[in-house]
Amino acid sequence: MDGALARTVSRGASVVLSGVEKHFDSVGAVRGVSLDIRSGEFLTLLGPSGSGKTTTLMMIAGFEMPNAGDIAIDGRSVVALPPHKRNIGMVFQNYALFPHLTVAENIGFPLRQRGVDRATRARLVAGSLELVRLPGYEKRYPRQLSGGQQQRVALARAIVFQPRLLLMDEPLGALDKQLRESLQLEMRRLHADLGITFIHVTHDQEEALTMSDRVAVMNDGLIAQVGTPEDLYDRPCDQFVASFIGESNFLPGAVLGREGELLVVDCGAAIVRAVAGDGRTHGGNVTVTTRPERMHFADRVAESARQNSMAATVVEAVFAGERCRYLCQCDGGVEVVIKEPSSSIIPRRRVGDRVEVAWSIADTVVV
Amino acid sequence: MPVLLVTPLAIYMTAFYAWPLASMLLRSVDDPAWTLENFRRFIGDVTFLDVFWITLRTALIVTAGSLLLGYPVALALSRLRSGPAALVLVLVLLPFWTSVLVRSYAWMVLLGRHGLVNELLIGLGVLDSPLRLLNTSFAVCIAMIHILLPYMVLPIASVQRQIDAALLRAAAGLGAPPWRVFLQVVLPLSMPGVAAGVLLVFVLALGFYITPALVGGPHDLMLSMLIAQQVDLLNWPYAACLSTALLATTLLLIVLAQRLPGVRDVMRSATR
Amino acid sequence: MNLGRAVFNASWVLVLVFLGLPILIVVALSFSSASYLTFPPPAFGVRWYRAYLGSSDWLDSTWLSIAVAASVAVLATVLGTLAALGLPRLPPALRMAVGALVLSPLIVPGIVAAIGIYYVFARYRLVGTPLGLVLAHTCLAVPFVVTSVSASLAGLDRRLERAALSLGATPWGTFYQVTLPLIRPGILVGALFAFITSFDELIVALFLSGSGAVTLPRRMWDDLRFAIDPTIAAVSSLTIALTAVLLLGAHLLRGRRA
Repeated sequence: MDGALARTVSRGASVVLSGVEKHFDSVGAVRGVSLDIRSGEFLTLLGPSGSGKTTTLMMIAGFEMPNAGDIAIDGRSVVALPPHKRNIGMVFQNYALFPHLTVAENIGFPLRQRGVDRATRARLVAGSLELVRLPGYEKRYPRQLSGGQQQRVALARAIVFQPRLLLMDEPLGALDKQLRESLQLEMRRLHADLGITFIHVTHDQEEALTMSDRVAVMNDGLIAQVGTPEDLYDRPCDQFVASFIGESNFLPGAVLGREGELLVVDCGAAIVRAVAGDGRTHGGNVTVTTRPERMHFADRVAESARQNSMAATVVEAVFAGERCRYLCQCDGGVEVVIKEPSSSIIPRRRVGDRVEVAWSIADTVVV
Repeated sequence: MPVLLVTPLAIYMTAFYAWPLASMLLRSVDDPAWTLENFRRFIGDVTFLDVFWITLRTALIVTAGSLLLGYPVALALSRLRSGPAALVLVLVLLPFWTSVLVRSYAWMVLLGRHGLVNELLIGLGVLDSPLRLLNTSFAVCIAMIHILLPYMVLPIASVQRQIDAALLRAAAGLGAPPWRVFLQVVLPLSMPGVAAGVLLVFVLALGFYITPALVGGPHDLMLSMLIAQQVDLLNWPYAACLSTALLATTLLLIVLAQRLPGVRDVMRSATR
Repeated sequence: MNLGRAVFNASWVLVLVFLGLPILIVVALSFSSASYLTFPPPAFGVRWYRAYLGSSDWLDSTWLSIAVAASVAVLATVLGTLAALGLPRLPPALRMAVGALVLSPLIVPGIVAAIGIYYVFARYRLVGTPLGLVLAHTCLAVPFVVTSVSASLAGLDRRLERAALSLGATPWGTFYQVTLPLIRPGILVGALFAFITSFDELIVALFLSGSGAVTLPRRMWDDLRFAIDPTIAAVSSLTIALTAVLLLGAHLLRGRRA
């Protein structure tokens, strides 16, 4: 364990963003981002378009200069360093392979800039191609390759000179679903093999959750939440994160009081207990949230100390292969979505059924 | 850094083009001393009015002729499959890049006393003796139409190529016969190209020199020829006034036309 | 509708014939063996080509035109390419102003520009010199270079430059290894059009040639005004052939850009 950790620490760069800001004209693209990216981790910047994630990546790469704040790589500030001196690998959205050079010349390009001799170049290029599973493709031209192959050549080119940091700007955006999923796993494997730090930008939350060690969710130029995929999924810190990642049900209500770690909230249709983890004092009105697949139909009113429940009427019922999806209107007027597995054991509900919706208190979060 | 890149050319063009042009044009108002006398004199001058009228009339006829002849070619160019379309394009581009002098000479050959047209007509028995076709206004018009035709065809074709074929199919599907599809869909949508072509040809025709000088008669004095004549006579102030008039007219027409929707983009693509 | 379609097809075919016929006539005439301008020619031969090749005047003019056009191609390409590289990165107001200056020869009527240039060049004794022609023709040729290179640059993916920088190439290295090879076809096409423009140019040459620097078009013009003999047809045919070859070259280069 210690040996593996030591290896990871020495191969990947650490990146620290402190109060980074960037405006274009009067529009604030990045409005104060501070982030600690650990050596060797796979971190994804996730957010909708316009959230500032790509601009942040470009500032780490050196193609944009921050208006305020600092960026340090391996402890040294790089803000004054031009991109060609930063020694960072980068994969662009459309791969940006040089069309007039062969695959070998593309991958060998960074080595040429560093004065590596031809024999060593050939060896390293071949090794890189092996790593991305495209052996023997040296003499082809980018236009002769498929989208997935181009992406892998772009990866090979970005890592051949053994950078400690790899940046990726929505590299899988142009590929179809199946290819995307297989390449996601390949990138994860590559990360494990190389042990360097990966910073990845995407707007696809499923991709972020699949590939990353940690995810930083960005919204409107700021980081909304940073954490492991589980953290973000189980404990979203605000409504934006809760609805951007996966699907969420929101129940507004008035705070009645506290019970230890839990907040007691009157949501109209029922009294709900929710985890108020972060120690903020909540007074007045709050919104509690839970995931649709964590709700189920109870056959009778559950007075369990570990469950919330409320009465509702089924408004819509859709069979969607893996799951059944129900839209239910609670007695208080709020609508919730419930996803149940389509197993034969679980009875299907019909429109108009009166039901009791139940879910674990541990899965209820205050946002 | 970008400023450094454009500076050599900017200085060069100013020194060898813009400044010579400006200093020549200035002669219209600063000779003998600052005065508008020259302008006043030439506006009332009968020769000038005559020449101006001939130039205008010729330009209008040439523009109309090019439009009439050029529109079908443009239509064909945009509707043909890529193989035949490429051939047509070559047939339009090769004359386009052949020098004006050679093309004007070709018309001298065609329209001369022993040229093809006369020989043909005599051979067919239509004429007994050669007609005077060369050195006439007719010769000027037809030669200029021939030379300016590509400038009409290319902008119109480029706009027509952008007309979505789906629109035509939709119109046909709704029951419109081909002539109606043309009149009510193709023609209106091709108007920006037509406007650009008309503007281009008209402006070029106004300033044309070589062709009228070669195939025109003594009464076909165009503005550009008058200017050249005055320079030969060392009548710089008068030449400068005429040049200013010609340049101003050209610029005015271009500026006005640019306000028409779509014309500006077509002009940009028309200048390659 | 067959009738309508037939009429339409006939119309544009006829116009194309109208466009191409005069040029074909000239070429046919150049092979005539008659000593006067008559069509159709009584017999065929290469008499007028031999006359052209045997005349030192004609050949001198040809060499002069080629030399001037080649110089113009080089000068216009260098100045124009640099400008095309810088233009997109200028602030909008400056870009429009410089763009207008650079493209103005396309708008200003040829005769007006010619006499303007003559007016100043005469004072500096540039009339009748090849240098004067080169200087003037370059102005007329530059717009073609700038347009061609600009179009090439516009088609270039900016991210390629960023990729090169991220991989460790210096800004100059990026230009030399990535940008330049990719815009080379545009530069060459611009150079070709600059050559053609100068080689065929007549209006400026009418004033600047004087007696010491008679270009090929100028000599043809003089001949046409004073004595029409079919040597001009031979020269014209050769010019047409040259134009066709250069156009073909440009077309091939443009195809390579894809």
